[in-house]
Order: sequence, then structure tokens, then C-alpha cells
Amino acid sequence: MKKITITMAIAAMLSSTVALSAQQSSAVQADIDAYQAYFLDRFSNVSLQGFSKGPYAMSDDKMMQFEAVMEMPPFEDLLEKGGELWEKPFANGNTFSSCFEEEPFLIRAAYPRWNAAKGKVDTLEQALVDCLVSNGEKKWGTGKGKHAWVAAHLTTLGEGTFINVIVPEGDEAALAAYNDGKRFYYAKRGQLNLSCANCHVGGAGMRARGNTLSPGLGQTTHFPVWRGKWAKSKGDGFGTIQRRYGGCNKQVRAKPFKRHKSQYDNLEFFHTAMSNGMEITGTEYRE
Amino acid sequence: MKKRISSISAVITLATLFAMPVELVAKEMSGKDLTFDRKLGNCLACHMISGGSQPGNIGPPLIAMKARYPDVADLRAQIHDATVANPNTMMPPFGRHNILSADQIDKITAFIHTL
Ligand code: HEC
Ligand code: HEC
Repeated sequence: MKKITITMAIAAMLSSTVALSAQQSSAVQADIDAYQAYFLDRFSNVSLQGFSKGPYAMSDDKMMQFEAVMEMPPFEDLLEKGGELWEKPFANGNTFSSCFEEEPFLIRAAYPRWNAAKGKVDTLEQALVDCLVSNGEKKWGTGKGKHAWVAAHLTTLGEGTFINVIVPEGDEAALAAYNDGKRFYYAKRGQLNLSCANCHVGGAGMRARGNTLSPGLGQTTHFPVWRGKWAKSKGDGFGTIQRRYGGCNKQVRAKPFKRHKSQYDNLEFFHTAMSNGMEITGTEYRE
Repeated sequence: MKKRISSISAVITLATLFAMPVELVAKEMSGKDLTFDRKLGNCLACHMISGGSQPGNIGPPLIAMKARYPDVADLRAQIHDATVANPNTMMPPFGRHNILSADQIDKITAFIHTL
């Protein structure tokens, strides 16, 4: 009797680990391998982890500028505020961490992820907003400000963890969401008729005027970022990855999509999966 | 007091807005102006062009154009819609997507052909 219970317990444990570490769809793994091999071949002097430095990985000069800024990051105060907001109890006494199962340092790398029950992609940034709502707090504006500071705090805590987006093998709905994001990435759009891939795959490392185009590989290791350009315009410099998507859509004179709807959520799912195996570096500076 | 300042600045903004079209009418843009203007041709975003500063390098340098395009109509066609020659090109279809008018494309073509 006892033996049976133990066997059952072990079986249950095994199946729950299987559920947690669902096997990657083989089609998705093939995409990831091809995507990463393209960049590693073309920029043979940059290592897989090195791609996370984006435009700065493309030139020693640019890298020096980046390192100089990161010695005294201009965003430390706001990052600290993000940490305070993370700890601060809501009116009901709960804190943000009550909405997450993971240890705080594991939260960043746990997203984006497929939510089989809801049949959609969950993003960390949306989970933060949902957490406010489920605790009876007022929603925050997304993409910048407090919302981005808290997300940046979690990205910074996550330094050293690894991106590992799984599209479970055999889950048709998950694969459909991934493929939707993939189509978005390769589709030309806007009056200027450019796809994400045009600029960040084919155009990676090239200059559009003075801007060096970053490789798509490694673009998701360090968001939200603090951008000099954003600090000069609206807000305080911090922006989430979906804020950046909107900016890149506007650049080609396309109408940006609303944040945290299926278009950008699926794009984030695909885009982040392409960087599987890369380390979260913490929040970083960008021009 | 604060209100007064903001209404003064609103007046100034409106004034500059109204002044702009007059300025545009006053100065007709040459093929070179249209080529270099960041909101119009913005060709320097991707091409090195003699006389322009801070060029990008996504497309080839625009040099020796007469040798490469003996027939100016071919050059115009490339600028009108670069996707005909290369469907996945990064070069925007300036004519097909109405980024530039036919007249503006004519002027840019003539200028580029002199390079
Ligand atoms: C017209 C060219 C162009 C297109 C098209 C474009 N981008 Fe960008 N993107 C840029 C430039 C320029 C930057 C700023 C320099 C850099 O980091 O590449 C940038 C930056 C980014 C960054 C920030 C990288 C970092 O490390 O800070 C991300 C993420 C990004 N783009 C994603 C996308 C996605 C996804 C799409 C499609 C929806 C897209 N881009 C389309 C030009 C483009
Ligand atoms: C966003 C990038 C981009 C912009 C902006 C751009 N081009 Fe191009 N252009 C290219 C690329 C890339 C090529 C290489 C051929 C191809 O891929 O179609 C090219 C090719 C050309 C060629 C053919 C050169 C040859 O040797 O055959 C001409 C001519 C040209 N461009 C003119 C222009 C003019 C004029 C403008 C502005 C009105 C312009 N381009 C704007 C990217 C661009």
C-alpha cells in the first residue's frame, strides 16, 4: 500500500515536472537554431551572449560609449523607485509578489509564456497590470513610468538567468500564436514598407544615417531600457519592449498597435524565443 | 500667471504653424533638396551621396549613375518602386506608396542621374 502511494507520488511529481518543462516544439527549435546560426555566422567575432549589447556589439567605439554610460547609469534612482513600488503594500496589504509563484529573481525569465488555460501569451508587463487590478488597485499606464520601473527592477534582479521561451510540442494554439508573431516579424509594413527583419536581420550592423541597426538576436535580454532619446521626449527615459515595438512601427509610418493585445504579445513571444539560451543582463542604457 | 504664459506660448506656436506654409511656397525645393530632406527622400538614410553628410550604408553609394543607368527611365523606375527589382529590398517604394509625388520623383531622378 505504502509502496503504491510512493510510486504514485513519484509519478505525479514526474508528470508535474514534465508539465513545467514541456518540450519545445521541434518546428520552433529549428527556427531558433537557424536564426541564431545566421547571426553567429555573419558576425563571427561576436559570441551568442555578446549579441545582447545590440548596436554596441557592432563596433568597439560604440561599445566604449556604452560602457562609459553604464559606469554611472543615469537611471539608478528610477530603478530604485521600481524596487520600492515592488515592495510597497497595496491598500489590502498584499504586495506585487503575491501575484507571482516564482522567486522575484526568476520572474523576468519566466515570461513571456504560453497560458494554455486562457489560450494566450502572458507577458510580465501585463501580469503586473493584472496584479494591480486583482488587488483592487487602480491600473497604471503601460509602457513607461512606474510600470516600466517595476518591470526594470525585475529585469535587474533577473540578471544571470536565461531566456527559455517554450512553445509546447503538440499544442496547436501555442504554435499558432508563435506563428502569428513570426508573420508579424517578417511582414513588410507601413508607408516605408519595411519589416522588423529587414532592419534587424538583413540590416543588422548597418547604418541608417547615424544609427547602427541592432541584430534582432539578443534584443530581449535587457528590457525595459532607459533611452536617452525617451528621456528627452515624453516620460523619464524608461520604456518596455512593447513601447519600443510601437516606436519601430511608427518609424516606418505604420500605425502602432495597442500594447498588450495579441499582435504585440505574439510578437514578443516569437521575438523572445529567438534569443533562447541568452542571459538576462539587467536593465541597460540605450541611445 | 502660469496660464498666461501657456497662452502666450500657444500664440507663438500657432504663429509658427501659419508661417510654415508661406515659407514652403516661397522656396521651391530642388532635386537635391528633395533627395536630402529627412521627411521627403531621406536617401542619405541608406546611401552615400556626394554633398550629403552622415550617410547610412544600407544601400550602395550613389556614384557613376550615368554609367549604371544609361537609360534614365530605369533609374526612375528603381526610385518609383524598388520592390520590382527586389521584392524584399529595404528601399521604400517611393512612388507606389506615395511617399513622394511624381513630380518630386522626376526631380530626384534628374539630380541622382548627375552623380
Ligand atoms: C526602419 C528600420 C527599422 C524597422 C523596420 C524596425 N526597427 Fe527596431 N530599431 C530601429 C533602430 C534604428 C533602432 C535603434 C538602434 C537599435 O538598437 O537598433 C531600433 C531598435 C529596436 C529595439 C531596441 C533594441 C535595444 O537593444 O535597445 C528593438 C527591441 C526593436 N528595434 C525591435 C523591432 C521590431 C520587433 C520591429 C518590427 C515590429 C522593428 N524593430 C522594426 C530600426 C528599425
Ligand atoms: C531604407 C533604405 C533605403 C532608402 C531610404 C533608399 N534606398 Fe536606394 N537602395 C537601398 C538598397 C538596400 C539598395 C540595393 C538594391 C536593393 O536591395 O534593391 C538600393 C538601391 C538603389 C539604387 C540602385 C543602385 C544601383 O547601383 O543599382 C538607386 C538608384 C537608389 N537606391 C536610389 C535611391 C534614392 C534616390 C533614394 C531616396 C529617394 C533611396 N534610394 C532611398 C536602400 C534604400
